[in-house]
Amino acid sequence: MLVEILFYSFATIVVLAGAGVIMARNPVHAALSLVLCFLTSAVLWMLIEAEFLAIVLVLVYVGAVMVLFLFVVMMLDINIEEMRRGFRRYVVPGAVITAMLVAEIVGVIVQRRLGLDVTRGAVPLPPGYSNATDLGIALFTRYAYAIEIAAMLLLVAIIAAISLTMRRRRGLKVQDIAAQVGVRASDRLRVVKMDAEPRQ
Amino acid sequence: MKLFQWIGTQWHALPDYAHSTVYILALTIVLILSVAYLTLWERKLIGWMQMRRGPNRVRLFGIPHTEYIGQPFADVVKLLIKEIVIPARSNKVLFRLAPAITLIPAFAAWAVVPLFPGFAIAKVDAGLLYVLSLTSVGVYGVILAGWASNSKYAFLGAMRSAAQIVAYEIAMGFALVGVLMAAGSLNLGTIVEQQRGAPAHWNIVWLFPLFMVYFISGVAETNRAPFDVAEGESEIVAGFHVEYSGMAFALFFLAEYANMILVTGLTAIFFLGGWLSPLDGYLPADSALRSVPLLGLALGDGLQWLALKIFLLLCVFLWLRATFPRYRYDQIMRLGWKILIPITIVWIALEGVLAWFHVGPWRV
Repeated sequence: MLVEILFYSFATIVVLAGAGVIMARNPVHAALSLVLCFLTSAVLWMLIEAEFLAIVLVLVYVGAVMVLFLFVVMMLDINIEEMRRGFRRYVVPGAVITAMLVAEIVGVIVQRRLGLDVTRGAVPLPPGYSNATDLGIALFTRYAYAIEIAAMLLLVAIIAAISLTMRRRRGLKVQDIAAQVGVRASDRLRVVKMDAEPRQ
Repeated sequence: MKLFQWIGTQWHALPDYAHSTVYILALTIVLILSVAYLTLWERKLIGWMQMRRGPNRVRLFGIPHTEYIGQPFADVVKLLIKEIVIPARSNKVLFRLAPAITLIPAFAAWAVVPLFPGFAIAKVDAGLLYVLSLTSVGVYGVILAGWASNSKYAFLGAMRSAAQIVAYEIAMGFALVGVLMAAGSLNLGTIVEQQRGAPAHWNIVWLFPLFMVYFISGVAETNRAPFDVAEGESEIVAGFHVEYSGMAFALFFLAEYANMILVTGLTAIFFLGGWLSPLDGYLPADSALRSVPLLGLALGDGLQWLALKIFLLLCVFLWLRATFPRYRYDQIMRLGWKILIPITIVWIALEGVLAWFHVGPWRV
């Protein structure tokens, strides 16, 4: 009973926050709604005992991705009115995609296409069961190649992102950090020993 | 005795959530009091280091010989009766929300911290990840405070803080990868248990570079000197909380100190054996000292050792603040990205090789 109450209250928040993402006039509010959306989704995953995924969702998306996102959104001067002008152009493709998603959800819940009884709720896991261990074993045995390929892709993406920002403009003045760090007190300062001056 | 037994049976008859609520309340009260006295201890200790006296006026309820003990309460009362000014063109909801967002994760993370043998409020299996994700949520308070204030200084402070925290979180996370490799578990209780034996088995010995990286990142993550560019009094007045006054400011202050206690507590657990007694392995289990009533209890494992380790690490935090000048911003970024992160990556690889050849105490 408690689980149902929690599920429906948090599910309501997810939906409202999701609506907030696309309806908010202020881009910062939209980004914050997305954060709320992620946090409440994590709670929903927690309710089906997928605590590893829930925590990782908060760690990666809320803790890292959205911080950078918010960072950029706060600095940019985004004109919402101008962005709204494109609304009519996207109505038709948007409606098609929405219809497809609704059809998929109906297929799973009503027609039971996947053979899953989604109305029954999650089956409680046995005590002592560790989500993280199971996920790790699956990822590094069955899906070892897939994860290696994904890792390589991410590495390439990191290198590409760094090399894109590494353009050196000509005539740019940069500090030579090695010289700054390697400096010794004796290079900058000379202690001079001298006798006291005689009284005038 | 009858009374104690009666209380005991009543206690066991209570449902689980009642137990948790009592634990949470007790822990929160202890933490808030620790924070209050940490602010006092900071001022006293730095005072002594700089040949000053520090606060020496406020007595506790006017009792003689309790000079400065009442200082935290005087501070709280002063802040409580001050007006909270909300800037005219600020975002009022977010402005009020930001201090709470900074404070909540600092307290919530304690839920998974093992306090004494076999006890944590929540024995979460992915406890280490829980702690990491909560500490990363805390940055929102800083960013929102800076943005909602509608002030340039506050915004600059928030930007600096966000970039710094994102950079040092990576080093922090990588340092913890080494710890979880050594323990073979994400559960904080298991991580402490794995260091059992003697102080030579503590992670600090084999993972010393990771310990240094974690501790430095912890100082940076809590925006403490010498990494306190987010506040930078001399450049941007007080950074992200420049527009806050009264109790709203006090919440930021509270969060900073609560975060310090949290980071030192986690350092103690990950690298210094948490509640394990440093006498393990030196004092034989059948030693006569262990059967002395109170002393024997104090020498064994328990909360007192965790508290002592936290206290010593906190003193190092304050010592750093009393000693070092503030880092330049580009040097902070360089230290985080170019020095700390490579060190962690090298040490994790080395640890893997050592574990492969069964060198070192860990079981992988």
